[in-house]
Amino acid sequence: MTGDDMYRYLIKRILLIVPTLFGAATLVFFLMRLIPGDICVIRLGSGGTSFTEQALSECHAALGLDRPLWLQFIHFIWGFCRLDLGTSMWSGRPVAYEIATRFPVSLEIAVFATVIAVIIAIPLGTISALKQNSWTDLAVRTFAIAGIATPSFWIGIVSLLAVLNLTQYFFGQPWMPPINYVSVWQHPLRSMSIVILPAVTVGYRYSAVVMRMTRSAMLEVLREDYIRTARAKGLVNRIIVNRHGLKNAMLPVVTVIGIEFAFLIGGLVVTETVFNLNGIGRLLVQAIGNQDYTLTQGIVMLIVTIFVLTNLVVDVLYAWLDPRIRFA
Amino acid sequence: MTMISQDAAAPLVADEAGGLHRRSLPARFLDFIRHQPLGTVGIVMVGIVLVAGIGADWIAPYDPTANDFAAMMQSPSWAHLLGTDQFGRDILSRIIYGARTALIVGLSTAMIGGAGGLLLGVASAYFGGRLDLLVQRALDVLMAFPLIIMALAVVAAFGTGVRNVIIALTIPLIPRCARVVRSSALAIREVPYVDAARACGFSHSRIILRHMVPNVVAPFLIVVTAAVGQAILAEAALSYLGLGVQEPVPDWGLMLQGGAEEYAVTAPWIAIFPGLAIMLAVFGVNIFGDALRDALDPKLRER
Repeated sequence: MTGDDMYRYLIKRILLIVPTLFGAATLVFFLMRLIPGDICVIRLGSGGTSFTEQALSECHAALGLDRPLWLQFIHFIWGFCRLDLGTSMWSGRPVAYEIATRFPVSLEIAVFATVIAVIIAIPLGTISALKQNSWTDLAVRTFAIAGIATPSFWIGIVSLLAVLNLTQYFFGQPWMPPINYVSVWQHPLRSMSIVILPAVTVGYRYSAVVMRMTRSAMLEVLREDYIRTARAKGLVNRIIVNRHGLKNAMLPVVTVIGIEFAFLIGGLVVTETVFNLNGIGRLLVQAIGNQDYTLTQGIVMLIVTIFVLTNLVVDVLYAWLDPRIRFA
Repeated sequence: MTMISQDAAAPLVADEAGGLHRRSLPARFLDFIRHQPLGTVGIVMVGIVLVAGIGADWIAPYDPTANDFAAMMQSPSWAHLLGTDQFGRDILSRIIYGARTALIVGLSTAMIGGAGGLLLGVASAYFGGRLDLLVQRALDVLMAFPLIIMALAVVAAFGTGVRNVIIALTIPLIPRCARVVRSSALAIREVPYVDAARACGFSHSRIILRHMVPNVVAPFLIVVTAAVGQAILAEAALSYLGLGVQEPVPDWGLMLQGGAEEYAVTAPWIAIFPGLAIMLAVFGVNIFGDALRDALDPKLRER
């Protein structure tokens, strides 16, 4: 594998992002306009007040909704190309600002969930593969399949319930995690106490996916000739597993971690609802409910961009680590 | 490895005297249970959900939508095995009827989305070239678009209800299924019998439907089975958010909304049992899918 091939692969892979982003932008733009409703009617008519035809058209003009659709579309695309997401039609504040205030909670949950998932999944998946078809294996697999099968919002409800009852039982005073987010840099402990339950909730499913991948990748690797060679050389089992086995099995596992992370950001809507956290997921639901086109477009494009970039990084890492991919 | 897979592949085994005899059905059944304990559990669980969904009218002890204000939020008892909710409705009956909703959504989503993905994937691989490139980019977009956002948009545009939930969940399933099918179909395109079919002058649709589709059935079935479970989960999430099935239709996700959280401390059974139902149903479907994968893919049989 020469550097040239890698370079060519990288260029090709980066160019493929453009049509995906453009397609997603088109999709969200027209999907939003398909949804019946009018932000001006919602804004002017809130609280049941009546409004004139003139006020409605003034509102449309102010938000640029009176322009032809294609012009609005070009305006949106051109803005996105300049990384300018515009201003929220609902609050009048810049979309970037709205997102920036809500994004840290979601990101913190996602990062903690990933950490939890990796810590649980990789050791358990490895043990499960090493003791294939044993009771340990069966238990780990059952735990993993249950993780994929359990609705995360239900784990959220049940874990909140458990925390309430346990604190009531032990301290005589029920405790609930606070809901007003503080950054992990300001109050690490308080921030953790807000984020830990949602992170565990999401992390369980996440770990289940990673665990299954670790197990099957490990099983595959353990059958390879070089493992047999390592055994024949008389290497200690621990070294065989860690250095020869895990290292090679990690490739598909890293892929799954990356892809799941990207999915996670888009899937936080439900978790944030359960825990009453004002993250990006709930902001999206509110934006759609208010018919706030610019804000919805901004959030969807952010989520899609994270997804696409994560996939890019995973693919490139993969190609870099495994030369066979580049020629496929 | 060899012993097990041969057992499963051919029911012919040598007995002690060295002669061959065909093993009886119960013996093979016991064999399956021994080698696939999880798969067996899965089949039983899927069976329970099917029976509950189909026979809900006969099995359920109460009307799932009947309010009984004399029996609100009762804890589990002999009269109400799983207790009652804040309107006095019997939770067990609602769970049994909920299996029907889950089955309708799960199966139709998997079938419609699966069929769409199958045709798209095979056609994309078969025709190749520009069409393939175009289809792949479109699938990229749909894949990158988070499921929940697509569902939100569909529901916001067309309204809530079972039919629209199915539409909302089918759209994101198509690209996932098409991806898997396409990669298998790409390999089959190069196989001589497809060339031969083409040389015979068969039509594109005949080659696709008769020669290619049957050969990608194994990976296809695996994706579709997984999709049933995912659809049940996603439907529960949508209904929980108030975007899916609406009251008074008995639905597991819906049962966790509203009262379940509000009364979680005083009446935890309202929140616990519907979630358990979702978990066990999807669990069953998933291990059934795993067993199916093992059965269809001999390379994996050992794992």
